[in-house]
Amino acid sequence: MTKLKTLMAIMMLCLTACAGTEQTRLYDKLGGEAGVDKIVNNLVQNIGRDEQIFHYFAEANVKRFREHLAWHLCDISDGPCTYSGDSMQQIHDGMAITERDFNHLVDLLIDAMYQADVPHPVQNQLLARLAPLRKDIIYR
Amino acid sequence: MKTIFLLLSLLPGIALAADGKLIATPGVSQIEGAAGGGLVPWAQLAGYASRDEIAVNAFASRGTLDDYSLDVFGAQLNLYDRLELSLAEQEFHVESLNLNIRQRVLGAKMRLYGDIVYSRFPQLSMGIQYKKLHDPLVANLLGAKDDSGTDYYLAASKLHLGAVAGLNWLWNVTGRYTEANQIGLLGFGAEGAGYEWQFEASTALLLGRHVAVGVEYRHKPDNLGLQEDDWKSAFIAWVPNKTISLTAGYIDLGEIAGIDDQDGLYLSIMGNF
Repeated sequence: MTKLKTLMAIMMLCLTACAGTEQTRLYDKLGGEAGVDKIVNNLVQNIGRDEQIFHYFAEANVKRFREHLAWHLCDISDGPCTYSGDSMQQIHDGMAITERDFNHLVDLLIDAMYQADVPHPVQNQLLARLAPLRKDIIYR
Repeated sequence: MKTIFLLLSLLPGIALAADGKLIATPGVSQIEGAAGGGLVPWAQLAGYASRDEIAVNAFASRGTLDDYSLDVFGAQLNLYDRLELSLAEQEFHVESLNLNIRQRVLGAKMRLYGDIVYSRFPQLSMGIQYKKLHDPLVANLLGAKDDSGTDYYLAASKLHLGAVAGLNWLWNVTGRYTEANQIGLLGFGAEGAGYEWQFEASTALLLGRHVAVGVEYRHKPDNLGLQEDDWKSAFIAWVPNKTISLTAGYIDLGEIAGIDDQDGLYLSIMGNF
């Protein structure tokens, strides 16, 4: 029992310590504007090749999607942008995106980040910022 | 064979290989057949089924101790990430007596709230495990009251994305209401001893997408007065893809039926479909 408590304490210490060392913006860790563009381009390509979820995007304006996603990622990673496009709810209303398909898109995003040489810890930090948005996107 | 194809054709739109979760996040199989770590049932349901999918999983595990060994085979059915039904067959070998104690565990687990990755609060599930000893001789000799029993548990799990130096960190706590002696292998209850709440906990760090390391702790009752110890483990799991996982661990199960210092190696393989 005491061993477990010690372990928990060490983990909590590490949590606070690691959080305290964060200095550079997530946006910079992603490679700034060029890095975000690379991720977005990779994702667009991955979606284009994907049989499972491409149909959601078949009617979409690719150029606009690209720009707005980059804009949104810039804002959410503390970059020099303020996203003022449609809300996640507005965009996804009526699309009836399932949990399975949403989670599949996350897999494609992870692939896109690997293809853009984003390090694993930075990938997770971006995913952590995006995860709370899921409730505004699925089953609408 | 024809019937199987017919049944499968009745499931249009359901992907046969569920893949609707992030890799490695559903955990593996614990020794009583529920999704979990090695020892503790977690709040996650087994396999990669999202709310739109069904997952079928099978596993085999072996724990080799100084004077005992435990083999487990089992399977789970995950219905729409809401209900997990599980079956586990355990065979506990007692070296000194050269006998086997076999037990069957039927389990059901229901997700009550949340998603381990995406919801704000931890995923919460409740479950039951009905256990039936095929070989109750040893349990009877040691003074156990019954050769079957039911455990009830409540589990909470959360995966924190990028929480520890950018690595994903998972924790789980489980409260189990049980009267099982050595998880039921030595029967259930005893004269003047019955149901109690036991605390179980696990934590794991995901080193990349495919490897997790963690520890588990399982508090246990001592109904038979045989100095039954709490169980501990440290494990590493390798998840090369969403179809297979391999887990290796060190388990320390303490004193079992009067023989002290039972520790050893734990190995488990799981397939997800």
